[in-house]
Amino acid sequence: MKEYVMGNGAIGLAALAAGVNLVSGYPGTPSSEIVETIAKYPHEGVHVEWSVNEKAAMEVAAAAAYSGARTLVTMKQVGLNVASDPLMSLAYVGVKGGMVVVSADDPGPISSQTEQDTRRFAEFARIPVFDPASPEEAYEMIGDAYECSEKYRTPVLFRPTTRVDHAYAAIDFPEKTEPKPFEGFIKDSKKWVIFPRLSFANHAMMEKRNVEIGEEFSSYRYNTVEGTSEKAVVASGISYAYAKEFLKDYPDVRLIRIATPYPFPETFVKKALEGVTEVLCVEELSPYNEEQIAKLCGRNGITLTIRGKLTGDVPASGELSTNLLAGIFRKYLNLPEGEGAIDLSDAPALPMRPPVLCAGCPHRASFYAVKKAMQGRKCYFCGDIGCYTLGNAMPLDMCDTCLCMGAGITMAQGFHWTDKEGTAFAFVGDSTFFASGMTGVVNAVYNNAEMILCVLDNSTTAMTGHQPHPGTGRNMMGDIVEKVDIAAVLKGIGLTKVVTVNPLDLDASVKAVLECAALPGVKAIIFKSPCVAIVKPTGKCIVNENCINCGLCISEIGCPALIRVDGQTKIDRSLCSGCGLCSQICPMGAIEAEEVSR
Amino acid sequence: MKKDILICGVGGQGTVLASKILAASAMVDGDAVHSAETIGMAQRGGPVTSHVRIGDDAYSPLIPFGSADLILAFEPSEAVRNLCYLKKGGTVIVNSVPVKPVTESLNDTGYDGTEMLSYLRGKCDCIVIDGEELSKEFGSSRYFNIAILGVAAGAGRLGIPQEIVLGEIVKRVPARFTDTNKAAFQKGAEIGAQYAIK
Repeated sequence: MKEYVMGNGAIGLAALAAGVNLVSGYPGTPSSEIVETIAKYPHEGVHVEWSVNEKAAMEVAAAAAYSGARTLVTMKQVGLNVASDPLMSLAYVGVKGGMVVVSADDPGPISSQTEQDTRRFAEFARIPVFDPASPEEAYEMIGDAYECSEKYRTPVLFRPTTRVDHAYAAIDFPEKTEPKPFEGFIKDSKKWVIFPRLSFANHAMMEKRNVEIGEEFSSYRYNTVEGTSEKAVVASGISYAYAKEFLKDYPDVRLIRIATPYPFPETFVKKALEGVTEVLCVEELSPYNEEQIAKLCGRNGITLTIRGKLTGDVPASGELSTNLLAGIFRKYLNLPEGEGAIDLSDAPALPMRPPVLCAGCPHRASFYAVKKAMQGRKCYFCGDIGCYTLGNAMPLDMCDTCLCMGAGITMAQGFHWTDKEGTAFAFVGDSTFFASGMTGVVNAVYNNAEMILCVLDNSTTAMTGHQPHPGTGRNMMGDIVEKVDIAAVLKGIGLTKVVTVNPLDLDASVKAVLECAALPGVKAIIFKSPCVAIVKPTGKCIVNENCINCGLCISEIGCPALIRVDGQTKIDRSLCSGCGLCSQICPMGAIEAEEVSR
Repeated sequence: MKKDILICGVGGQGTVLASKILAASAMVDGDAVHSAETIGMAQRGGPVTSHVRIGDDAYSPLIPFGSADLILAFEPSEAVRNLCYLKKGGTVIVNSVPVKPVTESLNDTGYDGTEMLSYLRGKCDCIVIDGEELSKEFGSSRYFNIAILGVAAGAGRLGIPQEIVLGEIVKRVPARFTDTNKAAFQKGAEIGAQYAIK
C-alpha cells in the first residue's frame, strides 16, 4: 500500500518490512518519529520500547542481535555519544541478527547542541554507515543495511539528516509484515565475552573485512556518477539532493554521489574520478568525503585539485541548501548568474520570534519560585536539556549553564566545590532525570556535595513530542505499568529532604525553596504539574478594574498570554490556560481566575 | 516542477494540516508530491514553514529561492520573511491579521502588520485576506487554514480542482467539524473567485 509519510516514517516502515524483531530508542529531534511510526502501525510480535536512554537502547538491542533477532536502535546524533560505550565494544564483538543503529544528524544545528557528523563515528568505530538522500532512498536502504549487517556480522550505522527525517514522500510498503524468525542465543563465551585477546583478534578481522565491504560498496546501487565533465562535484546524503536540484539543468556536470561513506568505496571513487581535474565536495557538518578523497589521491598518486570546506569554498558550519550551492556552483563551474529574483533589499525589519515557554507552562512557575525565594543571594542555576532550557530567556533568566543530558546535576556540584558561598541549583526534567540524572544525584550524596535539585516533573517528554517515560506509567507497547516514583528514587539514594510541591502554588513553592536552602547536604524539590500541551485548561484569567497598568505581571514572568493593548494590560484568552501564576504576582489583586465550562 | 507552494505562519496556526491536505489533493490529482515541515524547537511560538513540491523532478525537499508559484501566508511578517522563495510573477495570499511576537509585551516595537502588507502589495501579485472577518461566522480563527485553501482554489492559483481539495479536507478533519470546515472552504473559494485571473 502507498502512504504519504515522513522520512522517519519511511525508516520505521522499512524496518517492519525487513522483519525487525526488536526496536529500541530514546527520543530526540530529528529522530523521534521512527519508533513512534513502528508503534502506530501493526507490529505483532515486535518488541518496541522507549528505553531510559540511548545506552540502554543499544544494550537491549545488542542482546537481541546476539540471539539472531533483527533490531533497530534510534537516536539523535548526541544520543550516539551516550550509546558510544556499548557501540564501540559491540563493533569488536559483532552481532548475529541484523542490527541497524539510526543516528540522525542535525546540520544547522536546528535543535541540537552540536554539529557532529555520524559518518566520523562510523569511521571511528570501524563499522559501515549508510547516508540516504531522501525518504524514498531511506526506505530502500534500510533493507540493504540489514543485509550488510548480517553478512558481515556487524552493527551498521544509518544516518539521515533533519531534512530527510522531516521530509514527506509517498512510500509503497507491504500491508502485512512479519518479524523474521530467529535462532535464539547460542552460548559461546569465546565469541560474546569481550576480552583483550578477542579484541585483538577481532580488530585485525575488522580492518580486513572493512576493505571487503569498501569493495562491495563500490558497486552499491546508490553510489552513482552522472555527467562527464572534468570538473566534478562530490556529494552525499541530503547534499546530493540539493546539488541535484541545481545541476538537473546542467546534466553534463559530473556529479558523484557517495551513499556509503564508510568503508569508503575506493574503487568506485577512483573510477568516478578518471579524467577529472578538479573536484568540489559539497557536504554538511564535516569535510569527510573531502578528506577521504585527499587520502585516496595521495595513496594512489592521483593529481587533482580538491575543493570543499577545507579550501573555504563550502561553509565550515551550518546547513547547506540549493540556494547556497547555486552560488558555489556558479563560481566553480563559471556559470552565468541566475535569473534575477524579486529584490528584497528594501524589506522592512521583521519581528523576531524566539522560542519561549508556552503560556501556562509550569516550568515558568517553578523558575519564578526559585528566583523569588533566592532573591539577593548568590546562586548558580544549572539548566539541562528540554523545554526548560528556555528558562534562560528574559525576564526569567534562570539558566546559567546547559551542557548535555543530566549535566546540570553534576555541574551544580562543581560550582559548590569552587564556591561554597553560593547556592547551587540544578533544574532537570522528569525524562532527563531518568535518562541520566540519577547517577549524578548518587555522586552528590557520596561526595557530600551541597546542592538543591529541582525536578521539573511535567509527566511527559515535552520537547520531543510528548513521549512516555518511566515516571508516566505507560510504555510504547501500550501497557499500563508501575510508575517509577521520583521521590522514592531520591529517598532511596539517601536524600533526607525531598519535597513535592505544585509550582502553580507560588507561596508553597517559595516556602519549599527557602526550607531547602536552609538545610545542609543534597535536597530535592519536585515541582509537579502536567505539561499544558497535554491537559485541557480548566479556566482563564481575566484582568479586572483594579489594574493600574503597572506591568509587573509582564516584566516578572513574561507569559505570552499577558499582552498590552493600547497601553492596557490584557490577557489573550486564546493562549491563557488559567494557571493563575500572574494572579499571585499582581499586587493589586487585579487578575482573577475564571472557571471555564467545557 | 509543476508547482511549488510554500505555506508559512506561526506555530499553532494549523499550517501543517493545510500542507497535508494540499499534498494529498495533488496526489489524488495524479501528481508526485514531496513536502517538508519545520519541527522541533521552532514550533514553540516560532515561525513555521511547509514546503509542498508538486511534480516529478523535485530533488530538494525545500523549495529553492525564487521558485515558489504560490505562498500561503497565515501572517503578514511571515509572508515577507519567506518572500525570497517566491518566483517572479508568483502569488502571495496573506492573512492581514498580525500575530505579535510573544516578546512584544516586553519590548514594544509597535508591530501591527500594516507595513508588511503595503510592502507585499508593492512587490508581487498579492491577495490580502482579513482572516478575522472571514472567520467571524465560524466562531474561531482555527478554520483559517481551510479557508485559505479555498481562497487559493477559488482564485485559480492552486491548479487542483476544488472538489478534490474538499474531499481531502473531509477525510482529514473530525466528523463533527466537517460541515464548518466545508463552509469555511467554500467561503474562502467565494472570496478567492473575486481575484480569479479572467
